[in-house]
Amino acid sequence: MSSHMMEGGHGDGFTPHGRSFPWLHVVGYLLSLVLTIIAFLAVLNHWLSGRTLISIIMLLAVMQIGIQLFFFMHFTEGHGPRYHIMALGFALFFTIIFVGGSVWIMSFGGSQAY
Amino acid sequence: MAVSNKDLSGVLARGQSAGHSHDENELRVAGFWIFLSTDMILFACLFATYLVLRGNTDAGPTPQQIFDVRGFTEETFILLTSSFTCGLATHAMHEGRRGGLITWLSITALLGLSFVGLEVSEFVHDVGVGATMQRSAFLSAFFTLVGTHGLHVSIGILWMISIMYQILKRGINATTARKLTIVGLYWHFLDVVWVFLFTVVYLMGVM
Repeated sequence: MSSHMMEGGHGDGFTPHGRSFPWLHVVGYLLSLVLTIIAFLAVLNHWLSGRTLISIIMLLAVMQIGIQLFFFMHFTEGHGPRYHIMALGFALFFTIIFVGGSVWIMSFGGSQAY
Repeated sequence: MAVSNKDLSGVLARGQSAGHSHDENELRVAGFWIFLSTDMILFACLFATYLVLRGNTDAGPTPQQIFDVRGFTEETFILLTSSFTCGLATHAMHEGRRGGLITWLSITALLGLSFVGLEVSEFVHDVGVGATMQRSAFLSAFFTLVGTHGLHVSIGILWMISIMYQILKRGINATTARKLTIVGLYWHFLDVVWVFLFTVVYLMGVM
């Protein structure tokens, strides 16, 4: 019964909030810049080496996901069942299995050339 | 700050006399999260392929030889900034400011366009020095992974332009607000994928 409101034409169906400074976005942006710069400097200046360095920059990348999800995608908000969290958690599980599993199992292959 | 981080469902709840369309819009956003999850699995497969094959350069160009630090750094900061401006467009939408929305979304699309431009010039340069897709397993995996992301960004730019057109024509209503929210989620997701490309492909490549 309200489908006419949905499809517009009236320009309604939407009431804006008052104006406010986008603090959350600014903080998220600054944090993402800082994390990127740290990762960049760590690699280019050879602060650490090998696996430690890879672990550190991977950790920084994972923190970037958190920033995008929380500050920009408002992942934790919303009403009702959290199906999107379940879906993304499931995808994350597969991602870890695919990437980690592939790297792990292929590490037994020795040094064949393809 | 408190009003800036309201999610779409909060926005749509206002001004909707009946709950039906509100539920439908929420459902569409939830459906898009499902798409993002499947898209994440697509990228997981390409990342796994790349990580397995990245050492197999067949005596051809290596990551150290073809990756241009300045180029990928610029690409990274451009995409991070575009994710921010896209967030500002959503913020302007929540405040009902159409002008601000269009301005920030235009800036986002232009940043996206310059990102794609840099990536295309990087690829052209690579091919020019003999680093073609068919040269080695490393390069096949590299072009597939980075190219798939670039394709996503290109589609995102076209998508944003079409939404800007709709908003200019119809204004900000529940439908266009939902559409902008969804393209925003898509764009932030692509930024996350790029952060991993930057880390796994480029930084680990020049290490």
